[in-house]
Amino acid sequence: MLSRAARTAARFRPATGVRAMSMHPVTALSEDEQALKDAVQRFAQDRIAPKVRSMDESATMDPQIIEELFQQGFMGIEIPAEHGGVGSNFMSSCLVIEELAKVDASVSVMVDVQNTLVNNVFAFYASDEIKEYAYPRLAGDTLGSFCLSEAGSGSDAFALGTRAEDKGDHWELNGSKMWITNAGEAGLFLVMANVDPSAGYRGITCFLVERDQEGFSVGKKEDKLGIRASSTCPLTLEGVKVPKNRVVGEVGKGYKIAIEILNEGRIGIASQMLGIAQGAFDATLPYLFERKQFGSAIGDFQGMQHQYAQVGMEIEAARLMVYNAARRKEAGLGFVKEAAMAKLYASQVAERTASRCVEWMGGLGFVKDFPQEKFYRDQKIGAIYEGTSSVMLNTIGKMISREYRA
Amino acid sequence: MRVFVGVKRAVDYAAKVRIQADKKAVDISNVKMAINPFCEIAVEEAVRLKEKKVAEEVVAVSIGPKQAQEVIRQALAMGADRGIHVTTDMRVDQELQPLAVAKIMAALTGEHDPSAWLLGKQAIDDDSNQVAQMLAGLLDWPQATFASEVEVSEDKKSATVTREIDGGLQTIEVPLPAVISADLRLNEPRYATLPNIMKAKKKKIDTVDAASLGVDLAGQIEVLEVSEPATREAGSKVEDVDALLAKLKADGLL
Ligand SMILES: Cc1cc2nc3c(=O)[nH]c(=O)nc-3n(C[C@H](O)[C@H](O)[C@H](O)COP(=O)(O)OP(=O)(O)OC[C@H]3O[C@@H](n4cnc5c(N)ncnc54)[C@H](O)[C@@H]3O)c2cc1C
Repeated sequence: MLSRAARTAARFRPATGVRAMSMHPVTALSEDEQALKDAVQRFAQDRIAPKVRSMDESATMDPQIIEELFQQGFMGIEIPAEHGGVGSNFMSSCLVIEELAKVDASVSVMVDVQNTLVNNVFAFYASDEIKEYAYPRLAGDTLGSFCLSEAGSGSDAFALGTRAEDKGDHWELNGSKMWITNAGEAGLFLVMANVDPSAGYRGITCFLVERDQEGFSVGKKEDKLGIRASSTCPLTLEGVKVPKNRVVGEVGKGYKIAIEILNEGRIGIASQMLGIAQGAFDATLPYLFERKQFGSAIGDFQGMQHQYAQVGMEIEAARLMVYNAARRKEAGLGFVKEAAMAKLYASQVAERTASRCVEWMGGLGFVKDFPQEKFYRDQKIGAIYEGTSSVMLNTIGKMISREYRA
Repeated sequence: MRVFVGVKRAVDYAAKVRIQADKKAVDISNVKMAINPFCEIAVEEAVRLKEKKVAEEVVAVSIGPKQAQEVIRQALAMGADRGIHVTTDMRVDQELQPLAVAKIMAALTGEHDPSAWLLGKQAIDDDSNQVAQMLAGLLDWPQATFASEVEVSEDKKSATVTREIDGGLQTIEVPLPAVISADLRLNEPRYATLPNIMKAKKKKIDTVDAASLGVDLAGQIEVLEVSEPATREAGSKVEDVDALLAKLKADGLL
């Protein structure tokens, strides 16, 4: 078991160059960051873009894309190089998530959950033994899922009802999960279950479950409004036997893992929303200067100009908030309020941007031959997962009241 | 066998370019730059030679300003072993011209003794398509331009190169050392993986001042004016094939 100090050190593993970067504009990218961003952009344009529409229509993730994402190193961005990962940092993960979302929000969330939730739970809380087992798989060929929500516990996550009973040499898990991203394809599942309901949330514990374990099953994937190619499935656990050494972190500390990982995971979702906004904007603006009505490019009407000026400004503001939250987290500074603000604001900006882009395209914005319609559907999830917009406001409100309450 | 590859930093193929107000050059002050696509193909080929254990070392060479290191890093991320950055403040899309580039490469050749230069057939900024030919001339090496397939003999003394020529394909054999220039269909360059991008940071790039190589860098060609291509007239849509044929006939095209 890692000491508390070692865990804290691991969480705030300072990125190389943070100090040197600290006086730079928050949106200025280091050479590494730029190189990663360019590589992802190119891959997304060449390899993902041609498949986006058919994956959305068939609501399936092309297995070849998953394979290529592993080959390119997108699935183990922060996993150390000696375990098969890239050995990069959180900001890089966020840039990758943003770049992918410009092209497809489904691929983006798959990569987001893998890196910011699953891999980082292992990085911060798992024993070396578990890490050595899981890292090469997660970086190499196996998707992971983070399983907290249940039918009866969403925003009120700690009310979860999945039980884990101590059977001497193993734990036995019974219960069910809902809305689990990547579950359709994943091989490893981080499952939150309560070992002692009488202790309330202090009984919540994180277990590592394998897809092929007896008693574990993945249900039918949801047919969704947006991010349709990303699988979201219910899980059933009936007498699943988990060896004692497959508890991730300490028994009874699962609630802490969930809070902490979602606090930073939010910055990943914020990056996804930022990518959606930028992607929709980039896909739409050129048209405004091609389309002519009343003898003039529609983008030259002041009524239009003021609209895209407003949206452009909001995207810039969202980017500052998202990058700042990511860089604060990396620098070891407090970031919980900033992360909640970034996620809430970026999801609002994505919603307004996608909506405007549909309108600016006129009739073309409403049909599936053009990408605006999909951006509009995909952005909506930003107000729901990893904490709803209300929950973000609760968090921000709590932090602010703490700052001012006597 | 040591292979030298030229990598030029040029305007990204997808970027929209504008012309400077003085009409003397393309405005590159705020344009996305990238590795010249033909150079990228040359790097890929060199790296494949290394993977096939034909080449022992692949060296990526770029001539240009500080930012030229970005394209060297990209070549290193694709698998080149080390880089040489020849520094100059001359604009590589028009001030530093093919003959000067070939002379710089010839000077490096004397010092480093490569068995082959693999170059892109042309750069997409000035579209000159001259460096490989001039370099072969200066070195008195054979040249195999517009390669669509390269096969090095077992004893590494020669290469069989398939060339794309107007009438089809031509296969030639050249003794090594030689200069080979890559055509579009030689290969499909790989994407640099994220781990390899990180590893590339640790590879060495040597820096050489172009002025220190003792070659004449002065341009032979003066650019009088750069202008936009004529804007294309908007086309029109026709309902069906009959309408299309009727229109083509009416315009005297059929
Ligand atoms: C596509 C998708 C993918 C998902 N992926 C995952 C995953 O990988 N892992 C996982 O564990 N979960 C996942 N989820 C679940 C997601 O995190 C929950 O849906 C979310 O937390 C909301 O919970 P709920 O659906 O139960 O809504 P509820 O909590 O019932 O909320 C309903 C409404 O009530 C509001 N509300 C609730 N409580 C309060 C309050 N105290 N104050 C004010 N308003 C309140 C909410 O804001 C919301 O508007 C996913 C969900 C979706 C749709």
